[in-house]
Amino acid sequence: MSRLPSCMISVGVALFATTSPILFPQQAKPWEQIPVPPLHAFKPQQPKRIELKNGIVVFLQEDHELPFIAGNVLIPGGSRDEDPSKTGLVGLYGQAWRTSGTAQMNGDAMDDLLEAKAAHIETDGDDDSTSIAWDSLKGDADQVFSLAMDLLFHPKFDAEKLELARQQEDSAIARRNDDEGAIAEREAAKLVYGPASPYTRQPEFSTIGAVTVADLDAWHERTIKGRLIVGISGDFDPVAMEAKVRSVFEALPPVTPEPPRHDAFAGPAPGVYFIDKEDVDQSNVAIVALGIDRHNPDVPTLAVMNEILGGGFASRLFQKIRTELGLAYAVDGGFGLEYDHPGTFEVNLMTKSVSTVDATRHAEEEIAGLNTRPFTQTELDRAKDDILNSFLFRYDTPDKVLDERERLEFYGYPADYLETYRAAVEKVTLANLAAAAKKYIHPETMAVLVVGNGPEIKPGLDTLGQGAVKAIDITIPKPQQASNSTTEKQQ
Amino acid sequence: MRLFSRSWKAALALAIAVVAGSLCAQDLKSFEQRITTKVLPNGLTLVICYRPGAPVFSYTTFIDAGAVDDPSGESGLAHMFEHLAFKGTSEIGTTNWPAEKLALAKVEAANDAYEAEFRKPVGRDEKKLAELKQVFVAAQAAAEKYVVPNQFTEVAEANGAHDLNAETGLDETEYFWSMPENRLELWAWLESSRLADTVPREFYKERDVVMEERRMRVDSSPTGRLIEQFLATAYVAHPYGRSDIGWPSEVSQITATEAMAFHRKYYIGSNIVIAIVGDVNPKTDLPMLEKYFGRVPGGPKPEDLTTVEPAQFAEKSLVMRDPSQPFYIEGYHRPSYRDPDDAVYDAISDILSNGRVSRLYRGLVEDQQIAEEAAGFSGLPGDKYPNLFAFYAIPLPGHTPAQMRDAIHKEIDKLKMTDVTDAELAMYKTRARADLLRGLDDNQGLANSLAEYQTRYGDWRELFLDLDKVDKVTKADIRRVANQVFVDSNRTSAEIDTEAPPAGATASEGKSGGAQ
Repeated sequence: MSRLPSCMISVGVALFATTSPILFPQQAKPWEQIPVPPLHAFKPQQPKRIELKNGIVVFLQEDHELPFIAGNVLIPGGSRDEDPSKTGLVGLYGQAWRTSGTAQMNGDAMDDLLEAKAAHIETDGDDDSTSIAWDSLKGDADQVFSLAMDLLFHPKFDAEKLELARQQEDSAIARRNDDEGAIAEREAAKLVYGPASPYTRQPEFSTIGAVTVADLDAWHERTIKGRLIVGISGDFDPVAMEAKVRSVFEALPPVTPEPPRHDAFAGPAPGVYFIDKEDVDQSNVAIVALGIDRHNPDVPTLAVMNEILGGGFASRLFQKIRTELGLAYAVDGGFGLEYDHPGTFEVNLMTKSVSTVDATRHAEEEIAGLNTRPFTQTELDRAKDDILNSFLFRYDTPDKVLDERERLEFYGYPADYLETYRAAVEKVTLANLAAAAKKYIHPETMAVLVVGNGPEIKPGLDTLGQGAVKAIDITIPKPQQASNSTTEKQQ
Repeated sequence: MRLFSRSWKAALALAIAVVAGSLCAQDLKSFEQRITTKVLPNGLTLVICYRPGAPVFSYTTFIDAGAVDDPSGESGLAHMFEHLAFKGTSEIGTTNWPAEKLALAKVEAANDAYEAEFRKPVGRDEKKLAELKQVFVAAQAAAEKYVVPNQFTEVAEANGAHDLNAETGLDETEYFWSMPENRLELWAWLESSRLADTVPREFYKERDVVMEERRMRVDSSPTGRLIEQFLATAYVAHPYGRSDIGWPSEVSQITATEAMAFHRKYYIGSNIVIAIVGDVNPKTDLPMLEKYFGRVPGGPKPEDLTTVEPAQFAEKSLVMRDPSQPFYIEGYHRPSYRDPDDAVYDAISDILSNGRVSRLYRGLVEDQQIAEEAAGFSGLPGDKYPNLFAFYAIPLPGHTPAQMRDAIHKEIDKLKMTDVTDAELAMYKTRARADLLRGLDDNQGLANSLAEYQTRYGDWRELFLDLDKVDKVTKADIRRVANQVFVDSNRTSAEIDTEAPPAGATASEGKSGGAQ
């Protein structure tokens, strides 16, 4: 199965030559005879943007299709900003905020009230923000909005609910080495950003054990003063809704912007890293490097390169490793494009233990091939068609348009970012691709991570020829002392 | 331009949200005006929901055949065929079909010869086997010379196909994606081609790919391993107990000939419903769709399985000792989706499991603080045939599967001995209505629902009429059903007990006995 007959290689070459009339003179392509009429005219409805004097930004997106109203508030500051000795604080905060409730109505009472109306209010903690979101039938919208605002501004964090959230997180920590894919994802990011990076450090029993109700209060007090972004969509009267939102947010003092971050991003130390997992028969392989963020002008070119390398069935990785060699079910890769910090470059695949080295070599060849195997016009055309013809699905519903506008606002991108991006993708050339590969693809700086069953991996990872294999220890640190996290309710 | 869709959905929504009780005929009529159902002469049903707005459409092709229809000894066949359906046709994916067809016949002959030797119970000639393998590999290589790999999906993706995928369940196989509306005819050509004109291209390498999928989903996943054994234990006769992705020895020996036979039997018009939702106007587009989908072969609908799972009369349990963290699941046999009590099971599931007010959350997670998560739900592993109502719980560190079991049984006993409250029952009914409405928002979700209901009830309207049944559920129904079904002798349970493996133990690779 790991054999590579030379005629198979020629099949790969033939793929990129299918447009050549010399190779396939008789080939009629019925699908190319089918007319593609002009697309029905469509101008996605943009939400109304209101910037309040205090700096808070509101988006209102009317949508009368269904009798629902939904809203959310995005609050700058997330887990990357938390005290490392309390890693996991924002995760606990995101849970306990909603389950605690407010002085007027505790979380349990809120559950009863909302569920009876098939309505929701939820809070969440992310790496760069926290948020509150709500939705309900139109008839309940006023009441649900009031409740959500009460929770937004006046939470009453509760020790028992913090404890409940901590137990959930304890369980997640205890279980984090059960799933091979989750291990690979987590440890690959650590290789790129470093284990102590604000983007990869992980909650431990000790760090979540250190979080107190006072910490949650302090976090809320600090972040609620930030530059909030409010988005509301659904079946409402725009004049009345604007008045209502203004009445809540306009009276707030001027916002305090979240201080800018100054993170260092070194990228991985090259080499082969291994995590032994005895109860699997398949290896998870990740080949990683440091990527870029969306401010980079090369992003449109790299988006096209992503498509050629690992985007979909026709990509180089899929064609070679899955279709031609049958070595993997899951294989993909490319540059992750983050909004305000460098993403990771990552190629991932899963293959049975014995073909680990073989499949990894092929993936490495495809990565190196970005510099050595010239991009073809066929590849470029196909990649652009893939991106541009499905571009519509980024804004085909009012909710998607609203989400995108909020995201752009949050990260400080212009409102017409998608249009500019699309236009730039259209202009990408073969020369751009070659230059970008030269600039960004450096196999010698990449790290290879394998999570798999050591004794079954034959030949061994040392045969990859990238120096001694470095073992990564993922043993979960035990809780340091007897847990202070039992409550009187426990049985 | 959204005015059109706005009015009908708003009207329907109001009717559902405000009027307690069933939809009146008027509202259904207003919905019907936008949905066209057409049964073609070959038996294939098209359901088209005209929803202008963004110039896009989504579709679901729903084949009424899934893993339960895998012939004995060929588990994993329906899923293998699903993979084959992306490999192209006699027109797309090939440089020379007549020559490729001959080459594929040689691949099949070479595989047959290899397998015949491989399966010899005694006197297998290893040297001959190696030679036959070489012949097989050479035959594959010869056939591949004519292949344009992934051309079918490449054309779809280059034309804007979004969220392209397929799923094989126990009961059905679904193919779906979304596309810009000006590609409707191109889509109709692609979809009808692969339904009518599948060819056994690159079958054996795709089989290797599916083996990798099996390793990912089952063999290398603790809960994947447990659930496969759990279902195999719960069922003694019905194929719901069989691995849907296939037992390793079987799926690794499936042949292209078997896959094509499955196609001939099940991929016929009467067994297929296609739902399209979006900017597709039946008035102008239907003749074109009829032309393309008329190419699918006709024939009588294949008969359903004769096997009915016999009543369980002895409790069964299994314990998996594994290095992973503890887990508990139990299941009780219940009737199929056509049972008059179907909505009662939904009510039980909702009251026990939906949200932070649910009984299992409040009981096990919030009050007793022994579980990270706990829920009860129907439809494991399918719902076309009698299936399992299952309960599971994920223990918090320091708590055991046995505690999960006891706590779940306490909740079940409560359900059997005391009526649920009026508030709980009302909540279920309200949420069922709201969920239906929310589901209308998404083209792909609506296409899936329309295709499924059209197949399962012979009428997509049942999606809305279902609410009648929801409204009729009473507290007494819930107690009656709970007492009927949640009894010890009808139970199968499974758990993971955390335990380090003995020194020297390895995973199952190589023990699978496949023909690789």
